[in-house]
Amino acid sequence: MSKNLRFKTSKLIDETYRISFKFNNKIYFGFKGDTLASALLANDIHLVGRSFKYHRPRGIMTSGSEEPNAIIQLHDNSSRTEPNVRATEIEIYDGLVASSQNCWPSVNFDVGGINNLLSPILPAGFYYKTFMWPASFWKKYEFFIRKSAGLGKSPKISDPDIYEHNYIHCDVLVIGAGISGIMAAKMAAKNGFKTLLVDEKSYLGGSSIYDYSEFSKINNQITSSWLEKEINEISKLENLEIKKRTSVAAFHGYNFLLARENLTDHLPINQRLNKVRHKLLKIRAKKVITATGSIERPLIFDNNDRPGILLSSAIKKYIDLYGVTCGKNNILFTNNDTAYETAMSLLQRGIKINAIVDNRLEIDSKISYEVEKNNIKIYKGYSVVDTYGYKRINKISIMKLSKDGQTVIGDKTKLKCDCLGISGGWTPAVHLFTQSGGKLKFREEDQVFIPDFYPSDQISIGSCNGDFSLEEIIKNTISSLKKFLNIDNSEYKTIEIVSGLNRSKRNIWLLPSDKSIGKTKSFVDYQNDATSKDIKLALREGFRSIEHVKRYTTTGMGTDQGKLGNMHALGIISETAGTKMGEHGTTTFRPPYTPLTFGTIVGRNVGKFFDIFRRTPIHDWHVANNAEFENVGQWKRAWYYPKNNENIHQAVQRESKSARDSAGILDASTLGKIDIQGTDSSEFLNRVYTNAWSKLEVGKCRYGLMLNEDGMVYDDGVTTRLGENHYLMTTTTGGAANVLGKLEDYLQTEWPELDVYLSTVTDHYATISVCGPNSKKIVSKVIPDLDLSDEKFPHMSFKNAKINNIKCRVMRISFTGEHSYEINIQASFGKSVWEKCMEAGKDFNITPYGTETMHLLRAEKGFIIVGQDTDATMTPIDLQMDWIVSKKKYDFIGKRSLYRSDTIRDDRKQLVGLLTENPEEILEEGAQIVADVKKSPIEMLGHVTSSYYSPNLKKSIALGVVKGGKNMLGQKLIIPMEDKNINVTVADPVFFDKEGERLNAKL
Amino acid sequence: MFLINCPFCGEREQSEFKAGGEAHIMRPKQPTELSDDEWAEYLFMRKNIKGIQFERWNHVHGCRKWFNMVRDTSNDQIKAVYKMGEKPPLK
Ligand SMILES: [Zn+2]
Repeated sequence: MSKNLRFKTSKLIDETYRISFKFNNKIYFGFKGDTLASALLANDIHLVGRSFKYHRPRGIMTSGSEEPNAIIQLHDNSSRTEPNVRATEIEIYDGLVASSQNCWPSVNFDVGGINNLLSPILPAGFYYKTFMWPASFWKKYEFFIRKSAGLGKSPKISDPDIYEHNYIHCDVLVIGAGISGIMAAKMAAKNGFKTLLVDEKSYLGGSSIYDYSEFSKINNQITSSWLEKEINEISKLENLEIKKRTSVAAFHGYNFLLARENLTDHLPINQRLNKVRHKLLKIRAKKVITATGSIERPLIFDNNDRPGILLSSAIKKYIDLYGVTCGKNNILFTNNDTAYETAMSLLQRGIKINAIVDNRLEIDSKISYEVEKNNIKIYKGYSVVDTYGYKRINKISIMKLSKDGQTVIGDKTKLKCDCLGISGGWTPAVHLFTQSGGKLKFREEDQVFIPDFYPSDQISIGSCNGDFSLEEIIKNTISSLKKFLNIDNSEYKTIEIVSGLNRSKRNIWLLPSDKSIGKTKSFVDYQNDATSKDIKLALREGFRSIEHVKRYTTTGMGTDQGKLGNMHALGIISETAGTKMGEHGTTTFRPPYTPLTFGTIVGRNVGKFFDIFRRTPIHDWHVANNAEFENVGQWKRAWYYPKNNENIHQAVQRESKSARDSAGILDASTLGKIDIQGTDSSEFLNRVYTNAWSKLEVGKCRYGLMLNEDGMVYDDGVTTRLGENHYLMTTTTGGAANVLGKLEDYLQTEWPELDVYLSTVTDHYATISVCGPNSKKIVSKVIPDLDLSDEKFPHMSFKNAKINNIKCRVMRISFTGEHSYEINIQASFGKSVWEKCMEAGKDFNITPYGTETMHLLRAEKGFIIVGQDTDATMTPIDLQMDWIVSKKKYDFIGKRSLYRSDTIRDDRKQLVGLLTENPEEILEEGAQIVADVKKSPIEMLGHVTSSYYSPNLKKSIALGVVKGGKNMLGQKLIIPMEDKNINVTVADPVFFDKEGERLNAKL
Repeated sequence: MFLINCPFCGEREQSEFKAGGEAHIMRPKQPTELSDDEWAEYLFMRKNIKGIQFERWNHVHGCRKWFNMVRDTSNDQIKAVYKMGEKPPLK
């Protein structure tokens, strides 16, 4: 039965605009301006979820982003479905659909509630202790844990909304548009600073905007009226930008901040089409003013988590801002004066207060006397010791506190209620300040951490700086901003402030109970179900650092990051351990302050824009000719070209055979190309490659191997001497950028005396490689003017040529062991030259082949691929490539490392060929290589690095690295697989045409 | 995210830069003359100071120039930037 607890709408609520929404499959009504939480409360719904571990019924507890309980699933089963949304933050709109999460089958009847009864055996660290052994059982445990835990459901279809990233540069950023933030924005903007003011709410003014109390006045006006005029004034200021519904998620060093501007979440779904949903603002501010306010503390007592228990400030806000009362029989439980403001708000609207329970023995403030005048019973020096009611609070019991506050004494009194407001004082919201690297100090008198050391040009003002009374806030805001902004004119001449509150407070972190602690359930972290008992257990078990206690008990590790309970956790630790607050550290608040959606984080970089990809100039031809593609770094490379439903194996076998039998053509444009010029270019190459370069003639090419300074192979490729002081270096596809970076590093920092200039020209040229016995005939048709005779154009040489008057460079080099040519031409002509080659090769069955065939052909020849056959532990000697290491050169990068004691070991892993006993058996790349499978543990000698079936040799071939492999030629080894052991023989890594006859054959 | 004052381009976002480890380590002129231990000292040994640290940075997505930086690693304050080959401005 739903009741309407809306008694009078306020200025935020538009009662002419009724909104219907669905919660847990039932339709309810609210008004424009409501949050989901205020609308539910107006319908007398408190129970909105179940707790994480014990599945206890939980209700709405707060009215803001600190909400631990009312986290709901928005948009059931649609592409927009979103878990962990705080009902206190979401504004309702027509057609909103939401449901409780973490309960099955429903919030009112929850199977997991049995955990509540089992709770004596579910202490802190229960999961760690119980599910550790035996390790093989983990899979089974995990299934049940996940099924019964789980915070909401993630969407299964892609997000239809649009997200965006924006950069903002401003002189002053003000975070928080409460009373101090509004004042700060006005002072900054009026003094010529380009200012940005952001607030997470849909309205400006913070909690002062609904402060109608007669007890706090500014210049003889009610606070809210005074503030409204201020807001009115600043909204006209030219160099002030105001962003509502914008929450700062992260405050990084150097005043770099991330904020999420929410643009459409409050609109009905049909009005969101083609609009940006969230903007991630990347803000660089010269100065930052943090005015994030403070969060009311709960009180920690037995069963302090029942639906109907709210922060007292939340009750006040629901009344004053939303016109909703949370209960008809209210009790307030407090240790300070702010609950009396809530009491006054209730009284003004004639809502019943059954009693006020106050920890303090003496209360001396104008506002408390006023409350007492209204015949409200105040239990001074009392504490709540227990609460009753399963799905909604219906009773509390109270007892008198002892003098030291550590025990309760006397008789137990039971009081009826349907709503309990609790107030444990205030905690400055220093989250963003600490994220920025700020250091806190502890203020003993009211037990709060406040900003102490600022790491950048920033300041905290208002209650996040520990100023809680209206008088402090206004006075300190003016004086500290004058200094911070270095201005004379504060815009505020004389301000007179009247306040009815007193600062006195009786802070007891964990309120005593008449039961033993083992029998209580006093929640410190509501969202993660961590109790004071858990924290004490962690201390007994030897944990001391707050960071350890936090992880062991999961306190503060929910999506709310413990905004409510972290202080109490610290307090209970220090009280129990008998140490000072802060001695065990304060917990670190990490970004984001409130959760961000993935959409906001990635912005426009979704789908094909998630990571950019690079296409060669010939890409469209590959697509048109049915190529499958492989990602190599950011490149899309043609992988193989299946014909008539061929699979990859069949296609690669055909391509490989054709390339050796007649002609193959490969798009090699992705190879890195670096243009090297300068009078010291030869000397430079001498220093970066292992072999000698000074004697290379102009017009010749040479293969080079590049090492790291530690002697390990880094990259390889062919470099061509184009002119006396001009080289073109090629690198591996994936290594291009890193090689350029490394070369620049040596040039700029170690050898600045060398006259050498490097430019990357990878994208400038298309590279087409034509190979096979008919390659010469094909190239001569494409470039008839070029003399391709072996005398004029031998292997490893280069010629300038022209195709249709377009200059190109032709290299006679080979990565397949076949006679082959590489044509390099300006990228824009790449596709037409490729098509020319295809046309010229028609009669020779010219076969386009992709990277897979290229890998196979080079493996037949035993050519390495850096990064596949090598990792960062292979020297050229390990690769059996001693021939490429110059003995004569005095120095080159990595030379000294080649004879370190470790690199000259005989039992290093070395590159070998592997032949399977059964020639049809193809090894798995990455498979381990052993000698003896009987020995336990089996010693791993190495692994397979490359493996193929060679159509030209008609057998399986593989390359691998094996400890001491160099001296194992002909030896039998074993590849142990899951279902069998495969016998292999160590072989020479060059499987095909060892003498290089094909390369030098007269064609 | 740092705001780094590239000595060639001026203030730029950290995302345009790449850190390159400890600064002022000279590659030995005659590596062959060094013992294994001496070579290992150059090759592997790097300081990781909590406090003032001298570092190499590269404006990799900008002018591609390498330069040096003095940074307090305890609070990420950049104390100075200076060109390669220049003397460190403070000790
Ligand atoms: Zn630069």
